[in-house]
Order: sequence, then C-alpha cells, then structure tokens
Amino acid sequence: MKFSDFVASEAIRSHVHAGSKEGVVREMAQSLVDAGKIAAADLEGIVKAILKREELGSTGIGRGVAVPHTKHPSVSKLVGTVAVSQEGIDFQSLDGEPVQLFFLLVSPPDRPGDHLRALENISRQLRDESFCRLLKAAKEPVDIQHLLAEADGHGVVS
Amino acid sequence: MNAESPESVRDAAAGGFQVETVSREVVVINAAGLHARPADLLAREARKWQSRIELVNDAQRVDGKSILDVLTLAAEAGTRLLVEATGPDAREALDAIGSLFERRFNEHENDQES
Repeated sequence: MKFSDFVASEAIRSHVHAGSKEGVVREMAQSLVDAGKIAAADLEGIVKAILKREELGSTGIGRGVAVPHTKHPSVSKLVGTVAVSQEGIDFQSLDGEPVQLFFLLVSPPDRPGDHLRALENISRQLRDESFCRLLKAAKEPVDIQHLLAEADGHGVVS
Repeated sequence: MNAESPESVRDAAAGGFQVETVSREVVVINAAGLHARPADLLAREARKWQSRIELVNDAQRVDGKSILDVLTLAAEAGTRLLVEATGPDAREALDAIGSLFERRFNEHENDQES
C-alpha cells in the first residue's frame, strides 16, 4: 500500500498548533473533516476512539513518530493524514521521546489487512532516517506531499 | 530457514563460545494480525533477551527487537513466520516469543480496538 492510497493530501498539516496528545489528535481529525474525508458528526466519536486506543498503549512507536488510529464504522475505506509538530509533543512514546511526526489512520472495522498494510508502509519508510528528517523539516504541507509521493515512487534520495 | 521442523538447532563455534541458533514456526492467530500493539509487545519481549531475535517470512528477515521492523512484516491473521533466536538465552527467548503468539497477544477476537 502506498501513502497515496490512504493519505488525504488536503488534510496534511506541516505546523500543528496543538501541544498535547488530545489536541493533536483533534486537530488532525478536524483536518480530515475539513477535507471531506470524515463527517463532522463523527468527529467527536473518532477522537474519543483514538484516545481510548492510546490508553491501551501509546502509538508513539519511536524516532519521534506516532501512529494514532482507530477503527470506525463511518468510513468505508482507510483514510489518514500526516502532520508535523515543529516543537514536538509529549505522546508517552515507547522510547520516551517527544513526537514530531504523526500519521493518523481511521479504518473500517472489517478491513484489518488494510490497516496492517498502511502500518507496513509507514514503518518501512520511516526506517529511512533521511525520510524522517526531511518530513520533520517540511515547511509547507506541499513539502510533505512531495516527500510522500517520492517515497511512493522510489524512496527518498537525500 | 528451509528446515521447517518445529525446532531446528544449529551450533556454531564462535570465538570459543557456543552460539546457538534455535528457530520455530509461529502462526499469527489473533484476528487483527501483527498491528501496532502486538508488534510493541513482541519487540518489548524480544528486548528482554540477550539473544538476537529475527522474524522471517517469505520476503524478508527483520529484527524482532524493533517495532518498526516487526510492522514491516504486515503479518495478517493466518500468516506463518519463522522466529530465529541466536545467543546464550536463545531457547528461553524463543519460548517466550512463541507463547505471545499462542496467547494471541492477549487479544480477544471481538476486540474492537486496534
């Protein structure tokens, strides 16, 4: 699975305002509402479900990256977005480091395979340190878009 | 890796030490597959042991101590993987890892969380 298969480019944010876990989850979910990917009426339910999932164990998987996610019956296909926090946010990460790079995923309850393939793509790309570094250094959403497209095509050449 | 016996052992003398590699096949039986939470549990367990722990599927071999590596397997329910442990505590490590798979990473089939 490629980034372009699930990342809503209009929902990408290079400068999140939020400074907390709940704040960034809410801001990213709102960006999916603004992009028309999830219904405004579902916003609250999705935010709550993502935060509930976080209580089971942080999705801050290390290297300054978190993958907050949930299943939700309101989506018929996997939708997601990417956001960067310039300052970094305390996300109770597995390695204790603040998180700068967020991939938020909302998947249909009956498609665990798609969720796995999105995680596979994200984690495979993130093993490339230059990809991580360049994403965190993005100035505009379009920079992130280009990096994702490049990763989809042939990996990032730094 | 082609020896698919439940537990294959090969010993290699390395600098006077006996370095043992043990392996066993495991099956992902929890319905949601090896998603973020099981991958975290697996990497945490693997890091408790001195031995090198690798997971092998048809396409790749990854470090069992790295959650990012484990996630790149995208192992769905039903996937068979080979777990290889090499080091002084390889057998114990392999048992512990195998048990995580057997216990479905403590997930219930009707679990709505991922």
